[in-house]
Amino acid sequence: MNTAGYMRRFGVTGRGLVVVLPYLWLLLFFVVPFVIVLKISFSDIDLAIPPYKPLLEWVGKNSLAIKLDFNNYAFLFTDRLYINAFLNSIKVAFISTVLCILIGYPMAYGIARAKPATRNLLLLLVILPFWTSLLLRVYAWIGLLKANGVINNVLIWLGVIQDPLTMLYTPFAMYIGIVYSYLPFFILPLYANLEKMDWQLLEAAEDLGCKPWQAFYKITLPLSRNGMLAGSMLVFIPAVGEFVIPALLGGPNALMIGRVLWDEFFSNRAWPVASAVAILLLILLVPFMMWYQSVQARESAGAR
Amino acid sequence: MTTSGGALVKAAPWNDPNARPYVQVDRITKSFGEFKAVDDVSLKIYKGEIFCLLGASGCGKTTLLRMLGGFETPSSGKIFIDGEDMTGVPPYERPVNMMFQSYALFPHMNVEQNVAFGLKQDGVAKSEIQDRVATMLGLVKLGDFAKRKPHQLSGGQRQRVALARSLVKRPKLLLLDEPLGALDKKLREHTQFELISLQDKLGVTFVVVTHDQEEAMTLASRIGVMNQGEIVQAGTPSEIYEFPSSKFVADFVGSVNMFEGKLIEDEPEYVRIGSDELGATIYVSHGISAPPEATVWAAVRPEKIFMSTAAPEGTDNVVRGAVQDIAYLGDLSIYLVKLPTGKVVRVTQPNTSRHAEAITWDQQVYLSWDATSPVVVTR
Repeated sequence: MNTAGYMRRFGVTGRGLVVVLPYLWLLLFFVVPFVIVLKISFSDIDLAIPPYKPLLEWVGKNSLAIKLDFNNYAFLFTDRLYINAFLNSIKVAFISTVLCILIGYPMAYGIARAKPATRNLLLLLVILPFWTSLLLRVYAWIGLLKANGVINNVLIWLGVIQDPLTMLYTPFAMYIGIVYSYLPFFILPLYANLEKMDWQLLEAAEDLGCKPWQAFYKITLPLSRNGMLAGSMLVFIPAVGEFVIPALLGGPNALMIGRVLWDEFFSNRAWPVASAVAILLLILLVPFMMWYQSVQARESAGAR
Repeated sequence: MTTSGGALVKAAPWNDPNARPYVQVDRITKSFGEFKAVDDVSLKIYKGEIFCLLGASGCGKTTLLRMLGGFETPSSGKIFIDGEDMTGVPPYERPVNMMFQSYALFPHMNVEQNVAFGLKQDGVAKSEIQDRVATMLGLVKLGDFAKRKPHQLSGGQRQRVALARSLVKRPKLLLLDEPLGALDKKLREHTQFELISLQDKLGVTFVVVTHDQEEAMTLASRIGVMNQGEIVQAGTPSEIYEFPSSKFVADFVGSVNMFEGKLIEDEPEYVRIGSDELGATIYVSHGISAPPEATVWAAVRPEKIFMSTAAPEGTDNVVRGAVQDIAYLGDLSIYLVKLPTGKVVRVTQPNTSRHAEAITWDQQVYLSWDATSPVVVTR
């Protein structure tokens, strides 16, 4: 028997290896860190390095004690700060998603209906910002929005305003940052959906008595629903936990859960509480992720 | 003359100069840049007709149909439907419906919702919608499939949903773009006759676009043969077939043997054509209008040529040749006979007997035809 034969005998096949690799990846980079965070979230805080007490402890000679501290979770519900931060994050993510739909749908639609040659150019323009680091792009917005920044200077020079507008470190700046950064994630799945659309359906609808906007509402919109949902989830889920953009553009009042997490971790060195926040955030987002998965499954089933 | 095969338009209104056309296309041109897809076309279509636009792909037939539907705006010219100027009217305000080549069924709606769509859009009362949809689905024999989605149907069923959807609004004019193109041959033949009986029942005027001449011959009350954006001939199927007005039409509709020649005798009652290609003279028992010595073409259909082993009488319309190839099709056989001039003539013979005396390869045969058979065209 050759080597391949021996390997098969022990259940090692090419197909098996291909499947095992992504699972290994997930295990190393998702499951293990998650378990560590979960573990820390049940530990007691301690003035040590690392700043928490171990979960497992030998008491006496032959008994191992597990000490689970639920106080970290309980604490999150006693202090309004955390609940407010959660609610505010969801609100910000929701508004950002709505804004992305309003701005991104016409863009995706326009790209899908453009001539094939123009279409590729437009898609490239959507993807182009990814070639620069997110941090740099957000910093660039500071330059645009600040009191003596580009926008204010141009407006004053044009005589539209006398004194500079306060834009930086406001919710306005934060929404600009989030919508700007996540818009491509909304446009791309929606475009992929619209691109498969049979535009003759719109002619058929018009033939049967629909004005163009009615045809859009009754045909295009329902048929692009899955693409729109997928894009919305890709904006909503990461926006809930967004940290960099509110920290840089939103100013000190932008109370978001990502910010709270950072403060607990690095300022207060309260690793267990920070871990509990992270776990709770995850639990909060799981339903949305599952929804996204089911939408994706439906979408690919429909394509066949 | 035989009547047309398709729609039952009893009197032929196109022969009556006082008859009012139902659809009038008046000098329509559609240009895309330099290219003229439809070039100065005028047409009169009468109520209850099935009018077929027949042509190869790219001849402008679909563009003409889309202008009737309102999906393209003519560059110049006017379209009247039932006396009303439709030229600038958008599709959703035209009393016209279209059956698309791809059927364009709405994938997120079931059969019933697809058919009801247009009625709902017009604000028809719910109970009436139900009645009309049910009747229409019964008519196309899809009553049991009302709740199915389009992707759960076969090609033939989808075609019938599309037909029902476009007919349920009782349009004045129904446009059909290659209505049977996606069906296989057996189903197509069957559906052709269903379409005719449905049209007869509902009395809707049909304009059909097709590239399939057999389909056009079966369906149409009249056919408009299109080439390079122009209608080169319009007439009943038998007119188109038996009296083609040009080489193009004779060649495009059915198969034909074309012999080039010169007029050597041009009398009001007959003409005689000398054809080097044929190696014989052609005698035609009717006069034609052409300048003397003009180059003309005599078109003879393969089924109108007699083939025999014994020499027929006379010298006009008779040639000798050798059988080069035989194709046995069951109901008839096609013989390709090579003349001494090198020209190959196509002859079809019905297989009337199961044990016919067989003419075989390389056999010398005589070909002949009646003096009424050739059609002489000058262009």
